[in-house]
Amino acid sequence: MIATNQFIGVATSRVDGRQKVTGTAKYSAEFNPADLVHGYIVNSTIATGNILKIDTEKALQVDGVREVFTHENVPISVKIDADYSDPLAPPGSPFRPLYNDNILYNGQPIAMVVADTFEVARYAAGLITVTYNKGETSAIAIKENLDKAFTDADLPETAKDRGNAEKAFEKVEASYIQAREYHNPMEPFATVAVWDDKEGSFLIYDKIQGVGSSQKYISGIFNLDKNKVRVLSEFVGGTFGSGLRPQYQLFFAAMASKTLNLPVKVVMTRQQMFSFGHRPTCLQEFKLGADKKGRLTSIQHKAYGETSQFEKYTETIVDWSGLMYTCDNVALDYKLVPLDVYTPNDMRAPGGATGMYGLECAMDELAVAAGIDPLELRLINYAEKDQNEGKPFSSKELKACYSRAAEKFGWDKRKAEPRNNRKGNILIGHGVATGVWEALQQKASARATFTQQGQLTVASATADIGTGTYTVMTQIAAEVLGLPLEKVDFKLGDSVLPKSPIEGGSWTVSSVGSAVKLVCIALREKIFDLAKNTHPELFEGQMIEDAHFENGEVSINSGKAVAYIEILQVANKDSLEATVKAEPAEGRDDYSCYSHSCVMVEVHVDADLGMIHVPRVVSAIAGGKIINPKTAESQIIGGITWGIGMALEEEGMMDPRNGRIMNANLAEYHVPVHADIQELDVIFVEEYDDIVNPLGAKGLGEVGMVGVAAAIANAIYNATGKRIRELPITLDKLL
Amino acid sequence: MEYKSYPETQEIELHLNGNTEKITISPWTTLLDALREYFKLTGTKKGCDHGQCGACTVLVNGKAINSCLSLAVMQQGKEIITIEGLSQGENLHPVQQAFIAHDAFQCGYCTTGQICSTVGLLNMKRGDSPEEIRDLMNGNICRCGAYANIYKVVEEMKQKEVQGTS
Repeated sequence: MIATNQFIGVATSRVDGRQKVTGTAKYSAEFNPADLVHGYIVNSTIATGNILKIDTEKALQVDGVREVFTHENVPISVKIDADYSDPLAPPGSPFRPLYNDNILYNGQPIAMVVADTFEVARYAAGLITVTYNKGETSAIAIKENLDKAFTDADLPETAKDRGNAEKAFEKVEASYIQAREYHNPMEPFATVAVWDDKEGSFLIYDKIQGVGSSQKYISGIFNLDKNKVRVLSEFVGGTFGSGLRPQYQLFFAAMASKTLNLPVKVVMTRQQMFSFGHRPTCLQEFKLGADKKGRLTSIQHKAYGETSQFEKYTETIVDWSGLMYTCDNVALDYKLVPLDVYTPNDMRAPGGATGMYGLECAMDELAVAAGIDPLELRLINYAEKDQNEGKPFSSKELKACYSRAAEKFGWDKRKAEPRNNRKGNILIGHGVATGVWEALQQKASARATFTQQGQLTVASATADIGTGTYTVMTQIAAEVLGLPLEKVDFKLGDSVLPKSPIEGGSWTVSSVGSAVKLVCIALREKIFDLAKNTHPELFEGQMIEDAHFENGEVSINSGKAVAYIEILQVANKDSLEATVKAEPAEGRDDYSCYSHSCVMVEVHVDADLGMIHVPRVVSAIAGGKIINPKTAESQIIGGITWGIGMALEEEGMMDPRNGRIMNANLAEYHVPVHADIQELDVIFVEEYDDIVNPLGAKGLGEVGMVGVAAAIANAIYNATGKRIRELPITLDKLL
Repeated sequence: MEYKSYPETQEIELHLNGNTEKITISPWTTLLDALREYFKLTGTKKGCDHGQCGACTVLVNGKAINSCLSLAVMQQGKEIITIEGLSQGENLHPVQQAFIAHDAFQCGYCTTGQICSTVGLLNMKRGDSPEEIRDLMNGNICRCGAYANIYKVVEEMKQKEVQGTS
């Protein structure tokens, strides 16, 4: 039994903090095996067509160049019977680098120079000339290609319609569109691949959200047993979804390493970070109806998403509109439009950030049309159970989020009339939105080993993409086994460790955390069983339920405490080990599990220049048990910052003539910087949940972002009286 | 088209974290690549290679610079301090300690650059208002969005009058 929480729920500094602030945490590109050579990738400059000729002659003449790989000389073995899919590949045929001369999108990798140094490889890459047979047009803009949408039969089903939404009175009709966004983690994608010709095996350092993903991808391409592919990824410099799928540098590094029988390092440039998956652009159409009291009578939500020409990537966008509010008449429709772009990829709060942007803006428009306070409108239509599936929620403290946020923010002082709150030349606006994210749990396994030296090692092949996995897992293990944090070591990011789901979907604490808790409980039982043999005078006939595990010692009630170390010594055992597989509990399916939030935003808009600032944001979160308030708050302030970027800054601009991203760099693709972020207040609302998983924690990676963009757009309306229905809201749209 | 082959290497001397280091290197190698790929000092990060993200920030004669925008050969005779040279053995620099205490990072990739920029700001004895702090830190992008906590670090360092490196 656990009497008090010593570690769970306590603000704890990151256990890997010291490595990160001293620069000793090693990311994928920072491994330098002997004889390492460097690859530099060349990308296509057209979106459709094919390669007529790649001239590599000059590049090959440069001293230090080992090889130039193109579709013409790539080993045939990676083309025959090769499986390029990864665990999260959507339906379709995954992109196969260097497979043939076809160009599927602008920025497609088409060659790689391998040289003794990075500088030589980069220089030689510039000497390669490519002749194309350029396709006549490239389909880039979603609005112009709606007629090309797939028929519904091809797509996953949306939540069911209910009632007759079309018949009910319409009060608001609005459509929203948002720009393509690019993940741009600070660490570029990087792989160091080391082929062992004698063993026929790979050792790979890869940037990925789950080592199992890279392992499956490489074993499929090279027809290797999975145990011949070891993938390591102990530190990951951010991913935000971009590392849910292996990226092309992994293929290039592995292929070159095996072909040349040399260790190869391939790192993407910042420009290349715009040459694969992105958050898709999306056009959303809403029709809402409400009665005089503001009760929703009708919700119609139709969305058009985009995908590539080779895979059907879909997001859950419209289901949120069926879920969130009490309404008898709902019609949901999701269409998917194939364009000449790379397959989109999940990006922080995929689908949710998009769908809730539309829904929460439309709700704000409804509030204005109905003359009801937007917060009040949400309370009037509050859903006590999952409106799509009719199930009860495992827990839902959203009402408390609304009231706590309103109190902190001073919502009651808001002026409902637009352009009515002004300080000199600055128009002040206040906006609100709801956030939501599904609290998922996946199967995960973990191993715990306690040694006679008193050290506990817990291991699972999960990842820490900046989320704090190392720290929270250490806390959970320390809590359950009653050990100080420094006696606990958590290992991750190695494909030889017990299997774990990829880190994504905000499910790592829920899934891996549950496995860590259960494996430590199992280990505790082993210690107790052993203690019955080694110290029968104390423990024989006793029940584990009556035992205390604290400070590395076990005791019964007020009896003598015995150190685990002593138990192992007396038993003459070097170590004790336990392994578990954790999975969602039976009966969990009877409930809907979601985290919720209320976001309130103040914006300042320059009345003449349209400059927009966000001086403060309050986000009240109901995310179940908070394991580490310190890293949890960081997750939420990160999410808010992402919402600000989505609302005001981020826009992948594509040249419609050739499908090329025109702003593929961090100077022109704007992300939030220090000056954009001011006061961010995070409130964690108490929420008890013994259904969602053994920890009661729901996960926080995504929910903090959802709703932020809508709250900002709504605040801008409140400030200016202008309803901008296109993201990002840049100053030109306000002039 | 005429093109040049591999540029000749030459021996240069750099004052790096208090030591004099000799290295044979081509003039086209940036200080960033020299640090990461030749000296294996990988605490300095490459985020964009274009001076747009600040991940590669190091201190040269006490001033924070983007090491990706500078060639290694140009830095001879100057005092270069990287993240590896900021702590004294086991003792972290106060800025490093404050980054841990305030959870001013998540993935950790931009962190060493943010820390060097903070130290550079302290060396300049600037950052007297919230606007100036944010303005001077603007060159360091943190995609995880730890800005609010990084700001708290800089504010605290200013309040406590912590010394940078000089």
